[in-house]
Amino acid sequence: MLRIDELRVNYGGIEAVKGITFQVPEREIVTLIGANGAGKSTTLRSIAGLVKPASGRIHLQGDDITGLSPDRIVSKGVTLVPEGRRVFPDLTVLENLKIGAYLRKDDLEDDLKWVYDLFPRLKERSWQAAGTLSGGEQQMLAVGRALMSRPKIMMMDEPSLGLAPIVVRGIFDIIREINRQGVTILLIEQNANMALNIADTAYVLETGRITLSGTGKELLNNAAVKKAYLG
Amino acid sequence: MQEKRNKSGMIAVMGLTLMLLVLVLMLENTIKPTHMIFIVLKKSAVYALVASSMNLLNGFTGLFSLGQAGFMLLGAYTYSILTIPVESRESVYYIYGGSAIKFSLPELFGGVVGLVLGVLVALILGGCVAALVAWLIGLPVLRLKSDYLAIATLGFGEIIRAVFQWDKLGPVTNGANALKSFPTFSSFNIENADGQVVLRLSAFVPLLLAAVCIGILLLLINSSYGRAFKAIREDEIAAEAMGINLAKHKRLAFCISSFFTGVGGGMFAMFANQAQAKNFVTSMTYEILLIVVIGGIGSISGSCIASFLYVAASEWWLRFLDSEAYIGNFQVPLLRTGFRMVVFSVIIMIVVLFFRRGLMGDKELPDLLRMLRSRGKRKEAAQ
Repeated sequence: MLRIDELRVNYGGIEAVKGITFQVPEREIVTLIGANGAGKSTTLRSIAGLVKPASGRIHLQGDDITGLSPDRIVSKGVTLVPEGRRVFPDLTVLENLKIGAYLRKDDLEDDLKWVYDLFPRLKERSWQAAGTLSGGEQQMLAVGRALMSRPKIMMMDEPSLGLAPIVVRGIFDIIREINRQGVTILLIEQNANMALNIADTAYVLETGRITLSGTGKELLNNAAVKKAYLG
Repeated sequence: MQEKRNKSGMIAVMGLTLMLLVLVLMLENTIKPTHMIFIVLKKSAVYALVASSMNLLNGFTGLFSLGQAGFMLLGAYTYSILTIPVESRESVYYIYGGSAIKFSLPELFGGVVGLVLGVLVALILGGCVAALVAWLIGLPVLRLKSDYLAIATLGFGEIIRAVFQWDKLGPVTNGANALKSFPTFSSFNIENADGQVVLRLSAFVPLLLAAVCIGILLLLINSSYGRAFKAIREDEIAAEAMGINLAKHKRLAFCISSFFTGVGGGMFAMFANQAQAKNFVTSMTYEILLIVVIGGIGSISGSCIASFLYVAASEWWLRFLDSEAYIGNFQVPLLRTGFRMVVFSVIIMIVVLFFRRGLMGDKELPDLLRMLRSRGKRKEAAQ
C-alpha cells in the first residue's frame, strides 16, 4: 500500500534519513523501531508532507505522493498521530474530533459513532476541554481525531510516550482493534517490546539506515535486537 | 445537545441586540440629540466592529497583527473618495483643482435609495480594498510569527499613512488635507419637506451596521473555518498534520479581519465627518488592542462590551476631570486639562490587574448566562 524508495531527508542541517527503502502492505501493522535520533520521526514527518525529502520517492497505492502538501496527503488517506499527542487544549473533545475531519465535507455522524464506540471515555468527556483530559485520554483523542479523517493508513509517532504501562497496553489493544477493522498502521516506537509484539512486519532503524527487518516475532527473538532494544 | 444550546444562545444574543437597537432608536428620538451618549454609542459601534475583527485575528487565529489603523485608513479613504458629492468635489479638492474621480456612488444610484445603496457599496468596497491589500502584504508577512508579524504590520500601518499623504496622489487622496462633505450617519435622519427631522437614525444606523458585521464574524467563528482558525492558534503542527493548510487559512483570516477593519474605517469616517490620513495613527491601533485585551482575547462579546466601556470612560464619564471645579471658593486640586487621561490610565491598569484574562476571558455572553443559570440551579438543589 505504501512504498518508500531510497528516501533521504535532511533535518536541521544533518542528513537524518540516509536512503531507506521499506513497504507497508495493506491491512498490516508495520513498525519502525530504533533509538532516539535514528530518524524514525523524520521518516513519518516526510511521509505526512510536513518535511520535504531531499530525494527518494513515496508511493501510496501506486500514486506518487512525494513532496505533496500535508492537506493533499491527508485527503489521499494518510494521517499522522503526532508525537506527544498534540490535542488542541482549549477546544472541546468534540471540536478536536471535528477538526480531524476538516477536509471531509460529508456527514460525520457515522464516524463520530465509530470513534465513540472505540473510545467510550471520549463520549463521556465530549464537552470537556481537551487540555483537562489525562495523558491516556489525550492519546485516545489524538488517535480518534486521526481516525475522523477516515484514513487508509494511520501513522503513529510514539503513542506510548509518557504513559503508564497499563494505559500503554490499552492503547496497543485499541491499535490492534483499529487494524482489524481495516486500517493499515505504521507505528514507530521506542517501546520495542510492545511494538514488536503487535507488528506483522518490523524494521530496525539505526542512524538513518535500516539495519534489520523481519516479522515482529522474528525480531523479538533476534539476539542483536534483544541486546540493543529489549534489555 | 450542544447544537441546541448554541442555538438558544444565538437567539438570546439576537434578541438582546434587537432590544438594544430599539432602545437606541427610542432614546434618540426622545432625548436631546446632542447628548454625549450618542457620540459614545456611534464611536463604540465602530470600535466594537474593528475590535471584533482584530479579535478574529489575534484571539481566534493567534496572529498578532498591529496593522488595524492602516486598514481602517484604506476603508475610510475608499469610502470618502467614492461618496463625496460631485458638486462638493471642487471645494474639497481645491488645492489640486478638483478631484480625479468625477462620480459619486450615492448620486450614481440616485435618490434616497441611492444614498443607502451608495453608502453600503462604498463601505463594502472599502472593506474589499483593505482585504486586497491584506492579501498582498500577507504573502510575505504571514510567514512571520508573533512579535515579528506585529512589527511588520505596524510598519505597514505607518507606510500606508505616508503614502496617502503623498502630494502626487493629491487628485485622488487630497494629499495631507481632509476629505469631507460625504454622507455621514446624520444623513440617515429622515426629514420632512421643511427640513425638520422627523425620525432620527444617526445612532441607530452605525449600531445596525456594526451588529450585522459582527453577526457575520460570529457565524464565521462558529463554522468549520472558525474551528480551523482556533486549531491553528492552539497548535500549528497538529493543525497541519490534520490537513489544515496553514498558509491558506492564515491568509483567509487576515483578509477577512482586514475586510471588516476596512468597513469599520469607512464607518469611522462617517462618525468623524471627515477622513484624514494623520488621524489613523498607531495609537489608534493600540486603543483597539487595549479594547481587545480588556474585553478578553478570544471573546467577541467581550470586545463589544469593552469598546463601549472604553469609549464611554475616555470620552464621557471622566470628562469632568478635565475642567477646573470649585467647591465654594476652594479650587479642587489636580482637576485640569489632561488629568482625565491620568485617571483613565490608572483605571486601565487596575482593570488589567484584576481581570487578567479580560472582562470575559474567552467566554461569550451566552456561556456566562448559562453558567449563572446552572449556578442558580445548584443553589436551589442545595437548599
